[in-house]
Amino acid sequence: TFPTHPIPLVLSSDTGKVMVKFGASGNVKPGHSVTAVNKQPVSGLYTANDKPILDVINDPASYPLTITFGRTKASANEKLMLASIFHSLFAIAAQISPVEQSSGIKELHTEKFTLRCFQTITGVKFFVIVDQKQTGCEHLLRRIYELYTDYVLKNPFYPIDMPIRCELFDQNLRKVIEQVERTTVYNSATLA
Amino acid sequence: MSRGRGAVDPKRVSSELFSLTYGCMVAQLLKDFENPEEVNKQLETMGYNIGVRLIDDFLAHSPSVTRCSTLEEVAEVLCKQGFKMFLGIVPEVRNWSSAKDEFSLVITENPLAEYVELPPHCQDCLWYSNIICGVIRGALEMVQMDVKCSFVGDTLRGNDSTEIRIKFVKILEDSLPAGED
Repeated sequence: TFPTHPIPLVLSSDTGKVMVKFGASGNVKPGHSVTAVNKQPVSGLYTANDKPILDVINDPASYPLTITFGRTKASANEKLMLASIFHSLFAIAAQISPVEQSSGIKELHTEKFTLRCFQTITGVKFFVIVDQKQTGCEHLLRRIYELYTDYVLKNPFYPIDMPIRCELFDQNLRKVIEQVERTTVYNSATLA
Repeated sequence: MSRGRGAVDPKRVSSELFSLTYGCMVAQLLKDFENPEEVNKQLETMGYNIGVRLIDDFLAHSPSVTRCSTLEEVAEVLCKQGFKMFLGIVPEVRNWSSAKDEFSLVITENPLAEYVELPPHCQDCLWYSNIICGVIRGALEMVQMDVKCSFVGDTLRGNDSTEIRIKFVKILEDSLPAGED
């Protein structure tokens, strides 16, 4: 909650959301975006009362003001775009191999996470983004493949190659992931 | 972690119900389209739509299966694992062409046609189990193989054996997943 104007954050709206570009306040850092103003959720660049968020924030009369920030989650379209870029990178990886008959990207390591990918003979790719210390991803990916063939492909109303909107698939996927999380915690406890 | 397949077994449908359902479908198609040739095409198309989805189910539940590099391997996997998994039968592979690009599948016991007798007007033109040809064509297309698949004989039509002829046409290069040769 900010008692007065101005606030110690530099905000921008070029990504379609109001994001913190610079500055910090409490736990709020650059990269976070505005999710609610005065406890009312926002939509895009406008508050619940259809006022531009930046106008409200820059108006001293609005204060004291409570702004809620959150980490931005990728939208469905952004996810589709990133996935198709990954698809191309996967193909490039196989092609630039100096040794013949290389697979595509199987693992991608970064500082904060690891991406593991499995390609089926039919060309469908499954990838998971996990902690670097996560084990059992091969098994998890195969289990997800099984769930895909059961709850997605066997659903006669699911059009092939479209984004998956199958409730049963989501439910069972969540169960499998919870199972993996439970067994993983157990493993690191025994290691410690 | 229990295997997915184990959990599905208690829900096995009786083969009688399966034969009845399929028979009912063919009978309805004959009523709707009247022309047996047209029904053959419809069955093949339905089979194709099943095949493109079935292949992933087969591959997900057969982790030991790898990409086949020869038609002989395809025939082997198709009969000993594919047919076994879904229809519970293992057809015989016979009559290879000299160029090894064509072979026949001979089915001795067809679960689809257990209690079936063809009516006289269909005796000469309907391929009752034509859905199988579509399934094979659809499934192989998803693993980038273009094949022609058709019945050459059916005991329902008075032939000596129920035989499907499969001919390799080509590998679908442009849809080959990255990393495969």
